[in-house]
Amino acid sequence: MADSLLSYIALAMILFSIGFLGVISRKNIFIVYMSIELMLNAINLIFISLGRYYETMVPQVMAMIIIAIAAAEAAVFLSLIVVLYRRKKSLDSDIFTVLSQKDAHE
Amino acid sequence: MNNFLLAWIVLIPLLSSMTLGLMYLFSIKVIKIPNIVFTVLGLSSPFLSFMIGFSFFLQMIGNHEIFLYKAYRWLSVDGYDIDMGFMADKLSIFMVLFITFVGGLIHIYASGYMKTDKGYGKFFFYFNLFLASMLLLVLADSPIIMFIGWEGVGVCSYFLISYYYEDTKNVQAGNKAFIANRVGDLGFIIAMITMIYYVGSNGFDYINLEAGMQNVPINVLTFIGSALFVGAIGKSAQIPLFVWLPDAMAGPTPVSALIHAATMVTAGVYMVARFHFLYDLIPNVGLIIAYVGAFSALFAAIIATKQTDIKKILAYSTMSQLGYMFIAVGLGGYSVGIFHVFTHAFFKALLFMGAGAVIVALHHEQNIFKMGGMRSKTPIVYFAMLIATLAITGIPPFAGFFSKDEILLTAFSSGEYLIWGIGVLTAILTAYYMFRLLFVVFHGKNYQESRKLHTISKSMIMPLIVLAFGSIVAGFIGIPEILGGNNLVGSWLNDWKNSSLHVEHSREFILMGINILAAVIGTYVAYKKFFNYDMAIVPKYNGIIWKKFYIDEIYDRFIVKKVKEVSIFISYKVDVNFIDMIVMGLSRGFIKSGHFISKVQNANTRFYAFFMLVGISVISTYLIMVMR
Repeated sequence: MADSLLSYIALAMILFSIGFLGVISRKNIFIVYMSIELMLNAINLIFISLGRYYETMVPQVMAMIIIAIAAAEAAVFLSLIVVLYRRKKSLDSDIFTVLSQKDAHE
Repeated sequence: MNNFLLAWIVLIPLLSSMTLGLMYLFSIKVIKIPNIVFTVLGLSSPFLSFMIGFSFFLQMIGNHEIFLYKAYRWLSVDGYDIDMGFMADKLSIFMVLFITFVGGLIHIYASGYMKTDKGYGKFFFYFNLFLASMLLLVLADSPIIMFIGWEGVGVCSYFLISYYYEDTKNVQAGNKAFIANRVGDLGFIIAMITMIYYVGSNGFDYINLEAGMQNVPINVLTFIGSALFVGAIGKSAQIPLFVWLPDAMAGPTPVSALIHAATMVTAGVYMVARFHFLYDLIPNVGLIIAYVGAFSALFAAIIATKQTDIKKILAYSTMSQLGYMFIAVGLGGYSVGIFHVFTHAFFKALLFMGAGAVIVALHHEQNIFKMGGMRSKTPIVYFAMLIATLAITGIPPFAGFFSKDEILLTAFSSGEYLIWGIGVLTAILTAYYMFRLLFVVFHGKNYQESRKLHTISKSMIMPLIVLAFGSIVAGFIGIPEILGGNNLVGSWLNDWKNSSLHVEHSREFILMGINILAAVIGTYVAYKKFFNYDMAIVPKYNGIIWKKFYIDEIYDRFIVKKVKEVSIFISYKVDVNFIDMIVMGLSRGFIKSGHFISKVQNANTRFYAFFMLVGISVISTYLIMVMR
């Protein structure tokens, strides 16, 4: 049992790291969004496998809540992407610098 | 009881001065308030205070009551409490009476003298504040409250001396007074700290201090006494801190009268008398005080013989008379010293007012050799000045005779013949320089007959008459027993009287005779030299006495210059190279690191996300390590 838990967690860590790398290395907002979802699901995986390991339902409830919130978040996120695209006609995350003070300093 | 009225003696002038100040601001900013309003308000407060003081005086006759009034707790630090307390014993109330009386007369005089001044309201604001500070000084129940008054007097003297601030010289004179006083105040503060350390544990008012002093080691007491006396030297213009007093003549004449007669300079004498319980335990310090007083008296008298500025002569004469007072209080004759303070207040105020009247009449001419022949033109001023001069010279029965005689008697009977000798010598010089002033100003031939005199207003003449009367009778309250009087001052200030000083009657008469002789000799020499003095040539003095023994120059050379050099060194070398380097270096460092760190904020979302996640992983790793 212990070996299988470890492999689940290892899988979750790999998924999380892939998601993390996706967030910081990709420019396309869609890919960034997908990477974030990947990280969320890596966390879900940890919750569920731990729930299984300790034979309790609490982590599963947490996972369900995370899935529900992620669904709601998806709607918000996608609509935001639409708005951002309409503004700049681009999906490159690096050009959305309206809130930065970078220009004010230099 | 109505002890709370004690506080009102101080509060009335204080409130009145605050009102005057606000009204003056209103007057210059909004609508002009007529001078009469300022006059009424400014003049009423000393007389109200005088009446309250007089009511306490009446209650004190015939008993030994001490009036105490604690208004509120002012400070409470670590079980150590300072009350805003007022205390009136016989000494305080004696001081209050003549401060308010003479001060009130000077206020009246000032209302005439300053009539055309544009800062009329401001002047009375300072004047009332000055009076309030002095009254607080004498009515305080602890050295700390006294110190408030002490500093108040100092700051008001600064305001008033540099009153004509358009002229830089006057401002410098004010600065000089303030700085010289500051040196003295340092002594006072050191003395207070030492007292708090050694005797402050059960209350810090005079009564507790007196009880606590008995258990303090004698060398500590000597230290406290000496440090306190440094404060007295600064305030009362004795050697070596007297340099501010002649320069203080830069202020308007009523200011000089107020500083020299009723307030300020007498504070030092009062302080020594107030701490008589301390000085009784350390007669050696008392002796030093007496010697400082004696040498100051002689020194000032010598300088005064060669001065030509009427107000400077009077300034040095004040210093000289203060020297007499210190001789008395130093040798334990506190009541005698205070008696001289009292008589001096009358004749010195009178002298300054008379001088002020002459100065006004001659359109602000202050050189006595350019006056001359004023007797026929201003007869009332002449008689007032004559009476005051006779009083300060010590011709019986005028006020100064009795007090000066008692001081010299004290010196003689305590066996300090050197001090006594200096005192007699000073008396001769006093007679000489005072009659020199009188003869030159009022009798000398006048070569400027054609000059039209400025009119002297009634409000300036009236106080002269009152004070002239006072200068005649003020001494009568202290007629010694051998002349058939019963020395009311001595019996009033019984607690401050040194009963061990006693000489045989025959000796007392001889001493009295010597004093009168001294006065007559001085007068005669002055008469020979200056009665009918030919004013055609204004004498040009030079030599060491005219230069005031080069004291100012010596101080300038050895103290002021050195201090300046140090200041310049600090401001141009240490400040620029060291302090600025640290401060500017710090701020430049902040700017640089700010620029560097601002590079992190590069508007790259992915970069932010990277840092966020790094941060989260660091924190969670840390938490896991700790939570284990």
